[in-house]
Amino acid sequence: MTAPTETLRQTPLHALHLELGGKMVPFAGYEMPVQYPAGILKEHLHTRAKAGLFDVSHMGQAFLAGADPARALEWLTPADIIGLKEGAQRYGLLLNDEGGIKDDFMTTRLAGEAALYLVVNAGTKETDFAYISEKLAGKAELTPRPDRALLALQGPLAADVLERHSPGISKLSFMRATRATVAGAPAIVSRTGYTGEDGYEISIDAKDAETVARALLGHAEVLPIGLGARDSLRLEAGLCLYGHDIDETTNPAEANLVWAIGKRRKMDKDFLAGERIMDAVFNGPARKRVGILPNGRAPAREGAEIVADGRVIGRITSGGFGPSLNAPVAMGYVETAFATDGTKLDLMVRGNAIPAVVAPMPFVPHNYRRAV
Amino acid sequence: MSEVRYTDQHEWIRLDGDIATIGITKFAAEQLGDVVYVELPASGKKVTAGGEAAVVESVKAASEVYAPVGGEVAGANEALAGDPSKVNADPEGEGWFFKLKLADTEEFSKRTDQAAYAEFLKGL
Repeated sequence: MTAPTETLRQTPLHALHLELGGKMVPFAGYEMPVQYPAGILKEHLHTRAKAGLFDVSHMGQAFLAGADPARALEWLTPADIIGLKEGAQRYGLLLNDEGGIKDDFMTTRLAGEAALYLVVNAGTKETDFAYISEKLAGKAELTPRPDRALLALQGPLAADVLERHSPGISKLSFMRATRATVAGAPAIVSRTGYTGEDGYEISIDAKDAETVARALLGHAEVLPIGLGARDSLRLEAGLCLYGHDIDETTNPAEANLVWAIGKRRKMDKDFLAGERIMDAVFNGPARKRVGILPNGRAPAREGAEIVADGRVIGRITSGGFGPSLNAPVAMGYVETAFATDGTKLDLMVRGNAIPAVVAPMPFVPHNYRRAV
Repeated sequence: MSEVRYTDQHEWIRLDGDIATIGITKFAAEQLGDVVYVELPASGKKVTAGGEAAVVESVKAASEVYAPVGGEVAGANEALAGDPSKVNADPEGEGWFFKLKLADTEEFSKRTDQAAYAEFLKGL
């Protein structure tokens, strides 16, 4: 058991954030930079145009070992983990007993290694780790790695930059991962991220974090990027923020995350609440997560009511301003009858009805480097 | 010669005759970060001191702007609709929000002057 504490934790890059002029705010129990002196708009646009470095060391990293950790983990997620090839990474949903979403996470099978490498969200990592350990007791053993830092280098020039510090890494394709050396430090590098751009996530020992971060920031193409732009980038990319767009009360069908259920898994339904989730998939959920573009410039924020036919038919779960679109963007849940692209809705902002339209996501095209 | 006063909500008020021009201070603009949208009051609307008069939105969040004095709205800075970044670039000039015709300029004289506002900022 961990005792509740009001003290904010710091990542291994805390001193560097302060040196870079980061505006520090509390986030998921950590003191994190929401922005640097460039500001959220410039940081966002820079990441889409060049490359941005994000400290995501607050996220939870762990290894899952055992006789067959992939088979064990499949009880808690509908992702195809057994079918994960060596050197591949996959997005998964961590389910609760009711089929709600406890978290979303990444699983990697590193070449030649029996243990799976997991990355979970910062705000849920303690509960996730306790939950996985308890649910898989006797079948698999989870080892959290708070001694590791995690950096994300994102943007169209990320590969050019990282190649200079890790020769050959530009050949890694999207959703693949490998052990590598980055700026002299042993690392786990994956070609992933949460901005919709090409890029990498780099897991290193905490003691190497500052050296690696400084090496990457030493290039004119790279700016440090705070939580503010991280949020606007992922929203434009149509990606869910755990605790907002998905949580324990949403199931994969209504969250529009059926693609995160493996083909074999859909048939076998051999995961928590498998029958219930697949019923929702086959019968269609009562509500659905959709992208929403408000008219005009006023952003509709999380919690704003969505109105159609003179009644509330849903609620915004993420909303803000999309710097690349130079317009407000949002996502939220609506009754399924209103979930078709092009459906006209009103968003209630400060008592005024703002016209909006259901729109396909991502709002900004993904720029991933898939295998050719 | 116009006079400028401040509030502890980080608004500034410049009085010319019985017309007050209102905006947010440099400190407020820096705290907000990049402004992406400003909602301004309609001309003719009557506001009381401390009442909600405008909304300023950064990428992250929306913040209310309260009327620092009572009066009738006598115009708003329409240029902010097309270019809200003026609030960050020149908060106490081109980034002004709205004008009020004051019923009572006494209320204005009671607001904090520049020296006192500067002291207030030091204490934050």
